[in-house]
Amino acid sequence: MSGNDDIATLAEELPLEALPLDAWHRARGARMVGFAGYHMPIQYEGIMAEHAWTREHAGLFDVSHMGQLSFSGDGVDDALEHLLPSDIKGLKPFRQRYSMLLDQEGGILDDLMVSRLGDDAFDGAAIYMVVNGATKYDDIGWMIEHLPDAVVMNHMADQALLALQGPEAGEALATLIPETADLLFMQSGPFTWRGVQLWISRSGYTGEDGFEISIPADDVTLLADALCALPQVKPIGLGARDSLRLEAGLPLYGHDLSPAVSTIAADLGFAIQKRRREEGGFIGHARVLKELADGPGAKRVGLKIEGRLPAREGATIHVGAAQVGEVTSGGFAPSVGAPIAMGWVSLPHSAVGTALEIEVRGKRIAAVVAPMPFVPHRYRRKV
Amino acid sequence: MSRYFTEEHEWIDVEGEIATVGITDYAQEQLGDIVFVELPVEGATFDKGDDAAVVESVKAASDVYAPISGEVVEANAALEDEPALVNSDAEEDGWFFKLRVTDASELEGLMNEAAYKKFVAAL
Repeated sequence: MSGNDDIATLAEELPLEALPLDAWHRARGARMVGFAGYHMPIQYEGIMAEHAWTREHAGLFDVSHMGQLSFSGDGVDDALEHLLPSDIKGLKPFRQRYSMLLDQEGGILDDLMVSRLGDDAFDGAAIYMVVNGATKYDDIGWMIEHLPDAVVMNHMADQALLALQGPEAGEALATLIPETADLLFMQSGPFTWRGVQLWISRSGYTGEDGFEISIPADDVTLLADALCALPQVKPIGLGARDSLRLEAGLPLYGHDLSPAVSTIAADLGFAIQKRRREEGGFIGHARVLKELADGPGAKRVGLKIEGRLPAREGATIHVGAAQVGEVTSGGFAPSVGAPIAMGWVSLPHSAVGTALEIEVRGKRIAAVVAPMPFVPHRYRRKV
Repeated sequence: MSRYFTEEHEWIDVEGEIATVGITDYAQEQLGDIVFVELPVEGATFDKGDDAAVVESVKAASDVYAPISGEVVEANAALEDEPALVNSDAEEDGWFFKLRVTDASELEGLMNEAAYKKFVAAL
């Protein structure tokens, strides 16, 4: 057997680093693969079972490969509004926002979460940011180049990051840290557990209610043990993280998003608030302005696929003889019970309900542009 | 009946001139949850090493090669409705296709079960 991602090629060429929980994953029977420069757990008992567990109970994901950054210094808000298209000045303490780094042409360099700190968390820094693992060193280089000297960026490489996701995540975390029950979606704050300082946000990458927990790497094993000792919680690998986020309609950087894709084409215009659209003043603004006025050439859409054959990244999308797009993520969706995909499609063919064909191994399979998310979000927006 | 194994993690049962081909338990375990199997049509002919089938797990598609040359006489229709059969019973009910062998000498050099076990243990 052979394939793009099979037994023979899962081995990585570059030396991989170990995450703080490396031994913990292995002890729980994880299959480890190279991802973003680290040995990471792709699955424990199996992707389908882990996916279903997260949708029904609570899954614990180790996302310590991601880059955790803090920003402080005079003019930090102005500096970040130059780098990010989102409203930073209007971001209140303990609030989080989805944003992205754009290049001069408005292409997406990375997508990220940005929050305003408070209560002297992270040594009194003003802003906390979580960026993708595979892009973190490029992001850091880009930001150093574009930040004024007065703004200090700190890469907190000694912080681990856990995500607890699923409808039972709230009750599970509240048994360890009762105060987290008050957090709502996209709120965050400092918490203490057994004397350890944590920064917790109510957010995630599965479409479910849940949390992301920043904790010193030295203490993360203790917390992972305490969480997985709860009846609601099991460790979940990267495989299910990918199928869960695809069902939730959330794009994956390096696949659905890249420097070739603009914010508006990616259908992520919600990350650019009204004031920023009007005032500009951020890198890549000209592209955003132009595409808001004229429309992008193509759009990121969801695709429902007929039959059981999955369409994967790279499969071409057609209307008759013409190629009108390409799949950027695709696979079998366990909670939908059918294959789904995400991809870009030229604007005239991107409306929900449009019938398309996808070419898989020389065969055309029927697909239709579908609304996203494929599985409804269940965020905790109010009490 | 003799069972042979390939380094590509296929098994081949040979009975007379008919060879039944599947993937090994090790292979299904590595692939994880299997959601679709694309099988060859009856009458298709393969040279040894040709792409003969595709197995799709949740995370990836993998090719299955024809381990020997031959003509397809039957594909396992049960896999259309229940691809997970490859996970639950890879080396029996989860077989992929049957070939009429055109050159039995190609079986020489394939591993027997003991040699395959050794091969897998060394991976």
